[in-house]
Amino acid sequence: MADIITTPNLAEPDTFYADLLTAHEGLTKEESDAYNARLILLMANQIGDHAVLKKLLDEARMTPAGA
Amino acid sequence: MTKLFEAPLYPYKRCADQDAGKPVRHPVIIVGAGPVGLAMAIDLAQADIPVVVLDDNDKVSSGSRAICFSKRTLEILDRLGCAEELVNKGVVWNVGKVFFGDRQVYEFNLLPEEGHKHPAFINLQQYYCELYLVERIRALQVAGKPVELRGGNKVVGLDRKTDHAALTVRTMDGDYELEADWLIACDGAGSPTRKMLGLEFEGRIFEDNFLIADVVMKADFPTERWFWFDPPFNRDQSALLHKQPDGVWRIDLQLGWHVDKEEEKKPENVIPRLKDMLGEGVEFDLEWVSVYSFQCCRMEKFRHGRVIFAGDSAHQVSPFGARGANSGFQDIDNLGWKLKLVLSGKAPEALIESYDFERETAADENILQSSRSTDFITPKSEISRIFRDAVLDLSERHAFARPMVNSGRLSVPCTYDGSPLNGPDAQGLPARTRPGSPPVDAPAGRSWLLEGTDGDFTLLGLGIEVPAQSELLGVPLKGLTVAHEDIGPELRARYLGEAEEAVYLIRPDQHVAARWKSLNWEDVTAALSIALGKGGEI
Repeated sequence: MADIITTPNLAEPDTFYADLLTAHEGLTKEESDAYNARLILLMANQIGDHAVLKKLLDEARMTPAGA
Repeated sequence: MTKLFEAPLYPYKRCADQDAGKPVRHPVIIVGAGPVGLAMAIDLAQADIPVVVLDDNDKVSSGSRAICFSKRTLEILDRLGCAEELVNKGVVWNVGKVFFGDRQVYEFNLLPEEGHKHPAFINLQQYYCELYLVERIRALQVAGKPVELRGGNKVVGLDRKTDHAALTVRTMDGDYELEADWLIACDGAGSPTRKMLGLEFEGRIFEDNFLIADVVMKADFPTERWFWFDPPFNRDQSALLHKQPDGVWRIDLQLGWHVDKEEEKKPENVIPRLKDMLGEGVEFDLEWVSVYSFQCCRMEKFRHGRVIFAGDSAHQVSPFGARGANSGFQDIDNLGWKLKLVLSGKAPEALIESYDFERETAADENILQSSRSTDFITPKSEISRIFRDAVLDLSERHAFARPMVNSGRLSVPCTYDGSPLNGPDAQGLPARTRPGSPPVDAPAGRSWLLEGTDGDFTLLGLGIEVPAQSELLGVPLKGLTVAHEDIGPELRARYLGEAEEAVYLIRPDQHVAARWKSLNWEDVTAALSIALGKGGEI
């Protein structure tokens, strides 16, 4: 079974977070939504493995906002 | 010139049954002379099963309607003796263009898998398909086969009995009674037969309207399939342009559910939209226009005692993917051999019950595929539209996104996993041809594999010699041996994988029943018994 990584795996977490926000700078809500969708699709293709993707999809639902 | 679909092809004629004084019993009566009903009649007549087709009309269907016939349909029609006519007349396209809004996002060239007798699909107006089927019935009649096509015969009454169906048929000469051991209802989405039995479609999944137009271009226009998502001339909907024979282009404009159908199909409303679509300066004649409504749903059970539903009368899907008529042909392909064996007393009625499982499974698969296409084409929520648009935007620059673009997944036959007719599988052989699988064609010696496996049960020996003809459990068993030196790369990849030799038991509809790595007659007999609906008893 494919395992998803839920322990720290980013070498530079602060930099990634800043880059993510920078990428959205100047975008309207609508443009940001479209950007996020494109990013998810690009990342999904990068991961490729359907079992991993399914676990990630399930995991994201397991962590509701405000929990 | 009289258009093909305006000429009566099988006009009403008074028949002996109308003067018999009491209801005449027939082994099989088919209601509906559309593609599915006609194909069913040919299949049975070829096997000398007397069959009567009743239709209240006497012509082929008007306008193009079903236009895309899949490889599996051509393989089935090959067995029924009329694939060549369809393939010769039909159009094959390879280049497709996908548009999003006002721009083209990408272009593709279909590269169909090699090593199949038939193309992946052809485009052909439904009326040509029906014409060739009627011509095939005429040829069978000349050859003395027991098939009758009765135009102007409308079924107005139906009574279900334990071992037959009793029908009242209305003609211009008045009503008469008939009885059928088996009644096959191939009378379309609005099936009067279904309504007479008080049966309805279960759970409507979605519904939509399409404006369908056949246009004749006055100048050259490329033989390509163009599909638009959300075009300026049909906002929030889709559009499709397809080439057909005789210089006719088929246009499908999705309309949504809440529209005024009569208003939409008025030429003064249709022509300006088509001009927007085709571009200024493209001259055309509008040959036929119609509004087609569909619901995506199916009957809970396809078989009700001695009344069996096939084609659109049993299930309906969206036109995306050409899963309507094509799945109807698969229905009759599945039903034909079972009826023949049961009618000739070689198999128990339980064999017919497997039609329910196998074709209901297939209908569910078609509905699932059709629902997914519809969700992509007409997103139902804000977030689904965001993702759909993202896929289309990415597809312009990135090949990875193109397989996600869903403008319909072309009809492919269903694998009957879990069917009660499936026998044993052998470890290590390719998954693609496991028991329950639809046939995969391949060159076999100097011929095609599927040409050697039609009609009866076939024992296929790959590198293992099998007898050319034998009889097992009272059923003829054809043998097809492909010697080691004749096993080409396609046959090896599709049926052997890493194995050196194998034996396949193939059903009359060419689906795989069971397979082994060596020949053992006890195993073959047990598998044949399962495939005959006898549950393995010998």
